[in-house]
Parts: sequence; structure tokens; C-alpha cells
Amino acid sequence: MRDVAVIGVGMQKWGELWEKSLRDIFTESAMLAIDDAGVDHIDSMYVGCMTSGLFVGQEHLGSLLADYLGVAPIPALRVESACASGGAAFRQAYFDVASGANDIVLASGVEKMTDVDGAGATYALSTAADAEYEVYHGITFPGLYALLAVAHMHAYGTTREQLAEVSVKNHKNGAKNPLAQYPFEVTVDQVLNSVMIADPLTILDCSPITDGAAGAILCPLDMAKDLSHKAPVKILSSAHATDSIALHSRQDLTWLSAVAKAGEVAYKGAGLTPADIDFVEVHDCFTIAEIAVIEALGFFEKGKGGTGAPSGETAMGGRIPVNPSGGLKSKGHPVGATGIAQIVETVKQLRGDAGERQVEGAKVGMTQNMGGTGGSCVAHILGKV
Amino acid sequence: MSTSAKYWRGIPQRYRLEAEKCTDCGAQFFPPRVVCSGCGGREFEEIKLDDRGKLLTYTVIRVGPSEFCEQTPYAMGIVELEGGVRMTGQIADVDFDDLEVGLPIKIEFRKIREEGEAGILCYGYKFVPDK
Amino acid sequence: MAGIIGYGAYMPRNRIKVEEIAKVWGADAPSYKRGLMLQEKSVPSPDQDVITMSVEATKHALTRAEIDPSKIGAVYVGSESHPYAVKPSGTVLAEAIGATPEVHCADFEFACKAGSEAMFVCMGLVDSEKIEYGLAVGADTSQGAPSDALEYSAAAGAASFVIGRDPGVAKVIETYSFMTDTPDFWRRSYMHYPRHAGRFTGEPAYFKHIMGCAKGIMAKVKMEPKDFAYVVFHQPNGKFPQRVGKMLGFTKEQIDPGWLSPTLGNTYSGSSPMGLTATLDVAKPGDMVLMVSYGSGAGSDGFVFEVTDRIDEVRNVAPGTRELLDKKTYIEYGTYAKYRRKIRMGE
Ligand SMILES: [Zn+2]
Repeated sequence: MRDVAVIGVGMQKWGELWEKSLRDIFTESAMLAIDDAGVDHIDSMYVGCMTSGLFVGQEHLGSLLADYLGVAPIPALRVESACASGGAAFRQAYFDVASGANDIVLASGVEKMTDVDGAGATYALSTAADAEYEVYHGITFPGLYALLAVAHMHAYGTTREQLAEVSVKNHKNGAKNPLAQYPFEVTVDQVLNSVMIADPLTILDCSPITDGAAGAILCPLDMAKDLSHKAPVKILSSAHATDSIALHSRQDLTWLSAVAKAGEVAYKGAGLTPADIDFVEVHDCFTIAEIAVIEALGFFEKGKGGTGAPSGETAMGGRIPVNPSGGLKSKGHPVGATGIAQIVETVKQLRGDAGERQVEGAKVGMTQNMGGTGGSCVAHILGKV
Repeated sequence: MSTSAKYWRGIPQRYRLEAEKCTDCGAQFFPPRVVCSGCGGREFEEIKLDDRGKLLTYTVIRVGPSEFCEQTPYAMGIVELEGGVRMTGQIADVDFDDLEVGLPIKIEFRKIREEGEAGILCYGYKFVPDK
Repeated sequence: MAGIIGYGAYMPRNRIKVEEIAKVWGADAPSYKRGLMLQEKSVPSPDQDVITMSVEATKHALTRAEIDPSKIGAVYVGSESHPYAVKPSGTVLAEAIGATPEVHCADFEFACKAGSEAMFVCMGLVDSEKIEYGLAVGADTSQGAPSDALEYSAAAGAASFVIGRDPGVAKVIETYSFMTDTPDFWRRSYMHYPRHAGRFTGEPAYFKHIMGCAKGIMAKVKMEPKDFAYVVFHQPNGKFPQRVGKMLGFTKEQIDPGWLSPTLGNTYSGSSPMGLTATLDVAKPGDMVLMVSYGSGAGSDGFVFEVTDRIDEVRNVAPGTRELLDKKTYIEYGTYAKYRRKIRMGE
């Protein structure tokens, strides 16, 4: 396998992009990534997208988007693993390059979520859970994470305020991200007193509905210098793990074993430990998710994830900055694009291009992107060359 | 529009809690599976789950999917039945203040959803406090 | 000889008080309470209907019957509020209890006497040895039109009986039916609420048929009111069953154990069958019980039961009917209107 580098990233501002279609937002971010890398062509492409069929009534995205990007007839494939679709697309692109099959590959993600109403979006997202044994009974994603939250609070004494602190911290980071959907700060009181969605989670514990896309250009590390003027960022490891998608099937309802497994494989592949990671972009689709993920990735002891945000350990300048980009909470969560946006942020941080939210001296960054309630997880570790 | 086949196929589980037990390692599966995820065994015996258990975790859905709007707010939880099988479902007839981890529950037969005004009615299990 | 092998009741826990309904329509609650002897009624939650209540009542009946459900040869659900216009309620019930596929199944409708019809038919099939056990259910989630007098009484509940050959908890000594064409209450196809003929529903309808049926069956078995420990009549409100009982010569003590309507309301097809379950909950071996149903349209089914020794063994293995009646939560009219789909929702 060849060593692989990321030489270009692209992302436009996320939000409710009423005037733009799925193909528009994909193409714009893909062009930004191509231009950032400075390459004159790509050899193949992968698009992470959770459910364009339900959101915009469009499948067969690989070919559609290759056509609109003007790169047909190159091989183009849509990759799906619920909210981890973006991470999974990046991993496929990584394999494509590492295997020697292709040299310049676009890894992208897109989701156009605002063409359906709230009920339609709730339904589309719910398809990431077990349709027959969870969704049939009326569960929603906020509901599933609320079940996880109550179990975590009961088992470890995690508090309602600790959940809120995750939102406060991510909004504080996101306020410095010009591409974020909601670049403003919130207070603990605001989180606690916002509208209840699924007890104990309020709307400010939940990531939003977002239109957005992101792209990254990958190539063999040894060709990076020739292909691009940008400082290459090396993919140190790539990992993917699965678990039951039904939350109730897990022996420990508070433990995300697919995340733990992906983390373990990623650390091993990179020859690193959690202590070697300078910052991490995690999948904080709900505040409790960040708490559970930073435990599973080994940054905090099991049951102690709730202390991360209140203690400042996960803040910028803390022991392990978590979600410098603002995370899904502030930046937005166009599901299929999220995993790629984590790569975009990580590459910017490692290039030293993150502006006001730069993690000082960042050399190694990690991304963690998961589907459903952790039924799938993709993790990557990237390093400055 | 989907046919009623998907609903019909699940009747043994939704109505009667039919599950299965791996004859090799004893692992229980609800719904039944073709291969045991514990030991890889392929032989199973049919079992009927107990209709009593306890609540492992819970929430109250305030914003529900469109088919459930009429029922909001409603409580949901994960229950571990006597025998160990776990399942997700609604908790009916409960005062939200009474929800707590460990709450004893029993299973009741309820209407879960309706497929629109003219579609089929979908039944199944819900949990109610056992007191 | 056929008998009741097991019995069970079920009702939703929601109740609405007469005052709460009267408040909305500016009606005089005390006069309803006094005149109709009604205090409150049960209200189904959005997830409860005739099918779900039938299943729960039947689970209690099967617990008391202690039989293998696959031996049930007939499943009959009597109701005027079957959830489907076309598609049986009974198939869901039969499937839920594990009685399929060798079972006869039909849904009955005869206003408030559909439940007793189901019992009647099961008894005949058992006596003729066509089936070993039959399951008879009376259940309703009936609606009265907003502000109509029926709104104060139309309630939800179910009673289920496993009918088989002796020994059961009560032997069926005699059955009898009394029927004429009397349009006192009806609901046309596709109509949401029933219509009724006001005071015409009294003398020429309820009283005439119940009196005719009660007198007819007592003559058949050569018994008088004093020979019965208990009597159960259809209960469209609190007042009618007391009045018809008095007219026939029964005492309040004979009527009261099965008199549920003051705090339950009229459960239509479930009404007299539920009254019978409450009566069996307190009956002693050897007690004679008379039950007379009434269904608008109009007719009555009468039954004479003799309670057996087995009643003492099975009485407490499932919840008693009054125990269920005591488990309640009061709801306001707004919640009631939402639960009963009286609010027009967005498309
Ligand atoms: Zn096994």
C-alpha cells in the first residue's frame, strides 16, 4: 500500500441554502477542493451521502455528480453509512489511492436536507436506526441519544449541565468558523432553557438540519510535491468498525464499541496513543454523543467524558481540544458531508491555516465520524509531514 | 406506497413476542436470526419472551415523527425482559414523573401507528408500569 | 353443557368527569349526574381500540381459563366500533393469542349486544360439539356526538370469555333471545357519530326488550328474581339498569356488584359482559346469575349461569374488574377531544 496525502480541501458556508440544489453545493465544494490542490484533473471520485433518495428524491449520485463536475467518464461512486457516509467515502478514496488503482481522487460528501419539511427530515434521518424494531415504535434520533444520555447519567452521574457545556464549548469554537451554520455563542442557561426535544435533550443539545458539502483531494504522498503547491497532510491511519444499529442490542448502553474499535485500529495503524493526538474532530450530533465518543476514543476514562467540557480539558488550549471547528453542533450537520468536513478542518489545522481557531503547534489530528447511534464508525488520524 | 407485507411478516414478533434461542450457546434473539452472532450456530429453538421486565433507560419524545404527532408527548424506553432480551418501545399509561431506571414494566398490546387515513393499522407491544 | 371457562375485562385508565364535559357545553352537570346516574366515563388513549382492548381482556380470560389457546375453535368479537370497516378485528385477536390457523372467526355487530351475541354463538357451537373452546369478546370505543347526551356516557372497555364444556367457572343453564325491528339508535355507513331517537330509546326499546327477554328466560327455567344471587343488565347509563331491575322485581343488592356504568360509562358491546365479569369477581359457588344484554335495533340476549366451585381458584389470578376501574387518571376535555379525534388536524 502506498502512503497517501491530502493535498486539497474545499467547503463553502453551510446553512439553509434555499437557492442551491444538491448538485450545486456538491460541485462548488468539489471545485474548491480541486482548486485548493491545484490539480488539473481527478482520476476517480467518491461521494458520501446518507439519503439523497429521501431528501431530494435522487439516487445514482456518483454519475450525476461526476457529470455536473465535468469529470465523466471517470469512476464515481456514492458511499453510504448513514451519518458516517462522508468518513466512509474518504476511506474508500484512501484505499483507491493506497492500492495504486488511481492517483488523484476526490473524496466528498453532500447532503441537501431542507427540501423536505421537519417531519420529512426526521423520517429520513430515522432510517439510520433499526426501522423494524426502533423506528416502528416512534423513536427519533434525539430520542435515541436521549436514551443513551439517561443511561449515562444513571450509570455515571453525568449531569444535565455537563451536557450543556459541550454545546457551549462547541458554539464558542464555531463562532470563530466563518463557514459554520450557527457561528454564535450560547450559554449553559440558554441550552438548559431551550425547547425540550427528547428529555433530557433540548434543541441546543442537537445538531441542526443543514445543507452542505465538502471535498478533499487525495494522492500518493510521494507525488504530492509534484502535483500541488500545498503542504501535504499525510493520512497516518484509517479505521472503520461496526456495531448493532439497534441501541437496545448493546450490552452496555453507554458504551460506543464501534467507536472504541475504530479508535483502537486507528491508533495502532498510526503507531500512536490518545496522548499523541493534538486535537480531535468528533461526531457531536448530540451533546451526549461527544461525551460518549471521547470516552470510547480513550481521551477520558469510561464514565468521565462529562467532565471534559466543564473542566476546559476539551476546550481550545485544553489537554485535548475537541471540535475546534465548532463540531456538528455549531458548524452544522449535513449528514453525508460531515465526515469530509472533519477532514477539511483537520487539514486546515495541520497546515496552520485555521485562523482564529488554530490549535497551536498542531502536528497530529484525528477525526471520528459515526452513523446512527454508533452502529458504524470511521476514524482517521492525519499528520503534518 | 408500501404493501402490508412488511408489517405482516413481523406479526409473530409484534403480537406474540416470538424469539429464538441458539441451541449451541443459548443466546436469545429478538427478532429471530439465521445465524447466531454469539457462536455462529445455525440451529435455534423458538421461545416466547416473558411479558414482564424492567426499564433500563427512558426519554419523553416531545417532537415525534409525523405518524406519531397525535400521540406526543410520549415516553419511550429500552426494557430488559425477564430472561434478558432487550427491546425498545413506548411506555404507555405512565406519568412522566414516575419514569426511572429500574421501573418494573409489563407488556401490553397496543396500536403503534396507522398508515395514514386509509392504510392498515399497525399493532404491537408497548410497555406499561407494572404495579 | 357449555360454561364460562375463563373471563377477563379491560378498560383504559383515562376518565373524564361529567362536570368536565358539561362545562364545555354549558350543560347542567348535576342534572346529568342525578338523571342518568353518571359520574365519569372511561376514554381510550390514541393507541387503544377494540382490537387492543380485546387482546388484553382475553389475556386475563386465558389466565383464568388455563387452556392451550390453539384449542380455541372460534373467535368472535362483538363491537359497533371495529377499527376497520372491512377486515376482521378477530383475526388480530386470534393471532395475538396464538389461536390461528385452525379457528373460525367473525366480527359481530348489533349495537350494544354484539358481545352477548358472540357469547351466545360460542355456547351453541360448544353445545353442538363443533368446537372445544370458543372465545367471545364484547368491546367498544364508542363515541357520542359532541354535546349530545351520549357524549356523557359513551365509553371504552372490553370483556372476554372463554366458553367451553364443564367444568368452568359458571355453567350456562339457559340462553334466550328477544328481538324486534325497532330503530331507536343507529349509525349509517361512513357516519362518524350515531343518531338516536331520544326518549323513544326508553320504553319501546330498552325497557320492552330487556323486560321481554328477562321474563322469557325466567319462564323457561321456571325461576323468579329471588332465585338469583345477582343480575346484570345492559347499562347505557346508571339509571336504566336500576330501573329495569326494580320493574322486574330485583333488589339493588342483586344489581349493584355488576353495575359499573356510574363510574365507567356505557361500554356498549362491553357493557353487560363487563358487568358479568365484575359479578363473577364476587360470586360464590352455587350462585345463580341472570344476565340480559340489550342492543339497539333492537334485541336482548338472556343467560342464566350457575357459578361453580372453580370460581374460587381463578378469581384472583387475573385483575378484578373493579380493581381495573379503580386505576384511573382524569383527563380534561381538551385531551379527550385530542384522544377521540374531535380536533381537525392539518393534512
Ligand atoms: Zn450461539
